[in-house]
Formats: sequence, structure tokens, C-alpha cells
Amino acid sequence: MDQALLEMKNISKSFPGVKALDNVSLTVRPGTVHALMGENGAGKSTLMKCLFGIYHKDSGRIFLDGKEVSFKSSKEALENGVAMVHQELNQALTRSVQDNLWLGRYPKVGGIMVSESIMKKRTREIFDELGVNVDPKVIMSTMPVSQRQMVEIAKAVSYDSKIIVFDEPTSSLTETEVEHLFRIINMLKAKGCGIIYISHKMEEILRISDDVTIMRDGTWVATRPASELTMEEIIRLMVGRELTNRFPPKTNKPGDVILDVQHIKGKYTRLKEATFQLHKGEILGIAGLDGSGRTEVLENLFGSMTREGGKIFLHGKEIRNRNPGESIKNGFALLTEERRATGIFGIRDIEDNTVISSLKDYLVGGICLSEKKMRAKTDWAIQSMHIKTPSRKTQIRSLSGGNQQKVIIGRWLLTKPEVLLLDEPTRGIDVGAKYEIYQLIIDLANEGKGVIMVSSEMPELLGVCDRILVMSGGRIAGEVDAADTSQEEILTLAAKYV
Amino acid sequence: MSNAISARWNGFMNNFKGPWTRERKWALLKKIGNGLMNNMLFILMFIAIVIIAVKNNNFLKPAAIINIISQTAAYLPVALGVAGCIVLTGTDLSAGRIVGLTACVSASLLQAVGSSTKMWPQIGVIPIPIVILIALLIGAAFGAFNGFFVAKFKLHPFIVTLGTQLIVYTLLLIYVKMGNNNGMAISSLDPSYTNFIKGSILTIAGTAIPNYVWIAIVLTALMWFIWNKTTFGKNMFALGSNEEAARVSGVNVLATTIMVFALAGAMYSVTGFIEGARVASNNANSGLNYELDAIAACVIGGVSFVGGIGKIRGIVIGVLMLRLIFIGLTMVGIDQDLQYLIKGGIILFACALDMRKYLVKR
Repeated sequence: MDQALLEMKNISKSFPGVKALDNVSLTVRPGTVHALMGENGAGKSTLMKCLFGIYHKDSGRIFLDGKEVSFKSSKEALENGVAMVHQELNQALTRSVQDNLWLGRYPKVGGIMVSESIMKKRTREIFDELGVNVDPKVIMSTMPVSQRQMVEIAKAVSYDSKIIVFDEPTSSLTETEVEHLFRIINMLKAKGCGIIYISHKMEEILRISDDVTIMRDGTWVATRPASELTMEEIIRLMVGRELTNRFPPKTNKPGDVILDVQHIKGKYTRLKEATFQLHKGEILGIAGLDGSGRTEVLENLFGSMTREGGKIFLHGKEIRNRNPGESIKNGFALLTEERRATGIFGIRDIEDNTVISSLKDYLVGGICLSEKKMRAKTDWAIQSMHIKTPSRKTQIRSLSGGNQQKVIIGRWLLTKPEVLLLDEPTRGIDVGAKYEIYQLIIDLANEGKGVIMVSSEMPELLGVCDRILVMSGGRIAGEVDAADTSQEEILTLAAKYV
Repeated sequence: MSNAISARWNGFMNNFKGPWTRERKWALLKKIGNGLMNNMLFILMFIAIVIIAVKNNNFLKPAAIINIISQTAAYLPVALGVAGCIVLTGTDLSAGRIVGLTACVSASLLQAVGSSTKMWPQIGVIPIPIVILIALLIGAAFGAFNGFFVAKFKLHPFIVTLGTQLIVYTLLLIYVKMGNNNGMAISSLDPSYTNFIKGSILTIAGTAIPNYVWIAIVLTALMWFIWNKTTFGKNMFALGSNEEAARVSGVNVLATTIMVFALAGAMYSVTGFIEGARVASNNANSGLNYELDAIAACVIGGVSFVGGIGKIRGIVIGVLMLRLIFIGLTMVGIDQDLQYLIKGGIILFACALDMRKYLVKR
């Protein structure tokens, strides 16, 4: 084996309430592609953030070319030849391609004046080398995501990097663009670069990579040559536990129809048409690709997005749900997709976060909020949801994702909803907490509430739901029974109107 | 209760049990250091009081203390109002001009009958409650106007209130030229008005406490109640902390924002009503820059521009501290010009201290 280009040894990192990385090691050889695999939340991104100094590692050592390094920022990492192509593109969208490419190191004339012409010339050189066909003067925001990604890759290459990390690079690329990307990667390999390739797509991994490291729940599981691995073997290593243990037993029994949704349509959004029913005590899943209109169904029902047409009947009576306030009164609750952006009040404490949607229940004499009642309800939420927190007065942002999610579920339960709309209820939550959330959802259905759950994780939908609606291109492409369907059937439906 | 205290005490004492390793010593030092930094403002205020008191014997006498309290009371309502706007991650630059307008309107409606400079000679004595109501309506209307633009068009409050401030100033310029006034300062007030504001029902150690101190105390209690005990208050903090989450949680964002700004406007008009009699000679320049002092007091008192954070207690302390510095520095004979430098320094220092708490360390 050649000498290692990058060696990460026994890296550990904890966040409040979660051990994100536990003694993880990774060795990248020059001129190879090293795939990093694992489920969501396995710690792949955290490991990379420790490499780039975005997170401060608690312990462990990193060696680059045999020399120990400890980068304090991604800029320092870049200057030492370690670059990353991020999954979420952080680009100055209102500026041009070349401005983005040379940001932080603009070529100068006479030491002060930024030279547009040198910038343009060098950008062209790099683009020609990589075979990218983009005008350096174009404003970033006018280009499709795939081209912006190419710019990001060109930027990483332009630093003469020895190590380039690709984080889910193909998620927004078409097939031909993926082929192009692979040509670029092979070129970089030939130059002796070490590539770290993070992806969920097994076919890609098996095709492009030389070594594969698999992580699970923040720990290192295995590192093997890709040639010795099969898809089944990778899945077994990634999941690492019996699939039967992932979901609690399904004990809920769907009853009569409580909600009847007829032809709802979004005004400014992708939702073209949706008609479906929800039964009492039922968990209805909504599957589909990103952008298929899943989230829009929930937000449209809840009135947080504008509805252009369609009718909603609750217990046979028509309701309008024009805004969240009205929907809450009608017995709806919405757990949003982006917990940080639209769920938690980060700097407020657990109590404020819990009671905000049910404040009128705590009024004494019509105007004064009763501290005692609010405290009692918060304590109820903490106990019944098993929220792990030092106290009621703890800032919610210091809790782990799973506990934050439980606080928000508690908030909604206090409004005594009949219909719960859950958008990606387990996103960014570790495995143990996921099980608890599943149990909570099934318990709610047992109490006779109707639950609609959107998720991108298909096993989760298959394991928790009774029926699954599959969305495609803003419409419902089909309905399947969770008990006798397969991921293949759902995927086929999801591609119906794409 | 005593159980809780003894539990805390035991918890505190646990810090000192067991062998003293190097790490523990450092951790303790760090804890003490953090405690000092978090209370640095109080420590500095205390040091300032001691220095001023040593240099000038009159500083700790009732007359000087009551003077500081009175001035604090006069400026407090503006700060209480603008604080709500800051909690919503906004600000309000129109506060000063609204104070000026309501001061002039209140004073002009309550001039002594028969005075030669009376702005509206044809009207008699209007009952004080009615004038207060008029002032409150004017303030609340402009506040609601601000709030409407902020909430409906998603404009930054800085821009909206920058515009409103200019509009109000023009109205003020026009108003002081109306009637018999010709832009003169509005004086010769009716004694009932002067007595209502500057009179006293309580005298301590030979110094009368002016009535507007009581007004400020009542308003402070009212605002504390609104902020901490009402649905509106909780909604305001939620909105300031995360607007999208508040919307999804069923908070009426439009109504809450308008209410916060309208309440702020009403608060400015209370200061306007007080200033009408306290200054007793108001013109178009009345109220100038009051908003800046109020915003400064809020941020010193920990009402953070981060949004969703603030306590009434902090605002009172912030206003008090600014007045203390102003009056104290004059009493020890420091050049007036230096006051602004010191005030600026305190604002920067207080905010930097405050932000330490919210900086996310990872």
C-alpha cells in the first residue's frame, strides 16, 4: 500500500446530548477515491467538518502527508491543499462565476486593484482543463444548480488541492453531468489527488471508488477495498442491526374517515392537485422525490401556503384553514420540515417553546397568563415525551435534535389536535430518538388522531404508516398499502410525472 | 423554598470538595471570571457611584438621588416602548419626533386661559384625561402606521421609521405654526397641567418627588404585565425569536407586529405628555434624539438586537445608568463634551458583553 496522503486517527466529537463521533479513523491513499458511507446522522459530515476546522474535534489527530495538522478554518485547510465541494452550496449568488471562483484571493494589479482580465483568463484555463462550459461573467443565481456545482468543483481544483472532498455531489446532477463529474474525478486521480467521496448512491460508489469506509451512529464500522464489497454487504454494514428492531409494533387500527381533501391546489407552489381521505387512528404516509409537492400538501392543508382551489371536509363539515391560526382552531397541527428555521424559538426556553400554540388555555380572567398552569403543562410535556433536559428553563437550542423535536410535538399535542401533519419528523435525529418518535406517532394514532407523515426515508414510511400516497410532479401518482408494497413500487410511482 | 436554597448552596459547596487538580482550579477561575464579566456593568456602575460620591458629597444626598430618579422617569416610557420594537429585531427611529409632536399638542391644548401667547385662544380648559387620550391616540396611530408597513410589506423597521420620522417632523413644523403660535415655543401652561405633572404628593427629606415619577412607575408595572403575563407578550417574544416558527404556531404576525409598534407609539406619547409640562417650553425641536437615548438604554439593559430577548428590569437599569452617568459626570466637573465619548463607550462595551452570551461556540 502507498504511503497515506491523509490520515485521520481516533477522532471524537460530542454535542450537547449526542456523541456525534466516537473514535473514528480514516486513511486516504494518493491517487484513489475513498468513499465514505453511512445513513443520515452516521457522522460523515461531522467528520469532514472536524477535518476542515468548522467543528473543533474533542480528541484525535490528523496527518496530511505525514505531518500533523489541525486546521482552524476551511480557509486554512484550502491553503494547505484540502478542499471540499459542499452539499449545500455556499456561494455569493448575486456575484459572477469568476468572482466566486477567486473570492478571498483575487488576482491583483499593483497590489491593490483587482484584475478582472486575469481573473477571466485563469477561470477560462481551469474550465477548459475540466471541460466545463460556463461563461465566467455570468451571475451565479441565473445558472442551474448543476452548473453552480461545477463552479464549486472548479474552485476546489483551482487551489491545487491534494485532498478534495465531495459531499453528495450528484444529488442535483443529471446522468450526463454525473458522467462528466466522474471524468473529472478520474482526471484528479491520475494527478495523484486523494478524493473523499460521500454519497448514498451505491452504484456510484461501487463504480468510482477504490476504498470504502462505512460509518454508523458516529462510529467506524469497516474499511474495505471496493472490489471486495457488494451492495448487500454495504447495506448490512450500514444498517448493522436487525431491521425488525427499527420500528415499534404497529398497534393502531384505522377507523372511519375524519378528513376528506378534495382537489386542493397551490397558488404559488408546485402542488397541482391532491385528493385523498384520512381515517381516524390512521397513519398516512406521503412519499415522493424532493420537489414532488409533498411538503406543499401539508402546508397547503394547514394554510401556511396559499390555496388556489379545492375543498377540505373535517367530519363531513367544510372547513377553510386559511391561515395557521384558523387551522389550529379546527384541530390541525403541523410539524415543519426545517426544525431550526421554522420550528424552534432557539433562544427561548423549553416552557415558552411548549406553550406558544395553546396560550389561551392558560388565561386567568381573560388576560393574565397563569404561570402555574403553563408550568404544569410544560412538565407534562417533558415527562410524557421523555424530553431529556436539565430544566424547564433551559434554552431549547442547547438540546439535541431529537429532544427539540419532542418539545415541538409536545407543543402541538397541547392544542389537542385531531389531525397531525408531520413533515420529516425524524430528520437529523439519532437512531435511538427516532424509535421514540415512531412510538409517539403510533401512540397518537392509537388515541384516535389522524396522522399524515411526509418522509424521504422510505423504510420509515413502510415501517410506520398504514397507507402511503406517492407524489410525483405536484400530483398524487398513486396510493399503496404499506403492508404489501416495496420500495421499487413506490419509486416507480414517484417517477410517474417527472 | 428553604430546601431549594439549601440545595443550591450544597451544589455550590460541592465545587470546593475533593482534591484540587489543575483542571479544577482553572475551571473555577473561569467560572469566577465569567461571573465577573456577566455582572461587569453593575460592577462598573458601583465603582462609578463610589468615585462620584467621594468627589462630590452632594451626590448621595436625597436631592441628587431624586433628581436622577425623576430624569429616569421622564425618559423611561420611550425606552419601554422602543424595547418592544427591538425585541422584534427591529428599531424605531420615529420615537423622538412622536414625543415632540405629542408634547406640543398636549401643551397647546392645556395653555392657561387668557394668556397672550395662547395658541388656540378660542378654546377653554380641556379636561386633562381628554388631552391624555388625544396624545395616546396620536402616538398609537403613528405606531400602528409603522407596524403596518413593517408587517405588511416586510420592510425593515429602520427604513419605515426613518420615513415616518420625517413625516411626523413636517406635521410638527406645520402644527407649531398654526393658530396664534407662529412657530414659537409653547409656554404659559394651565396650572392644573403643570401641577398634574410637576406637582408632588410625596416629599422625602425636603425634596418633592414629582408626580411623573408615579406615572413612570405605573407604566413600568403595566409593561411588565404585558410582556410577561399576556398572550400578546408571549407572542411578541416568539415572533422576535423566530418569525416563521411563530407563524406556523398560529401567532397572528400582522396583528402582533402592529400592536407592538402601536403600543410603542402610545408610550412615546406619554413621554410627550410629560415633557409638555416638564420642559414647559416646547417647540418643533422637542424630542429630538430621544429615540437614540432610548435605544441605547435598551441595549445597555440587555434588550438584544438578536431578537426575542429582553427584560423590563434591564430597560429600567439601562435608562437609570445613562442618567446616572450624565448627572454624575456633571457633578464631578468632567467636561460636558466628554459625556458623549463615555456614553458611546458604554454602549459598545455593554453590547459586546451582551453578545458574548449569544455567540455560538462550536
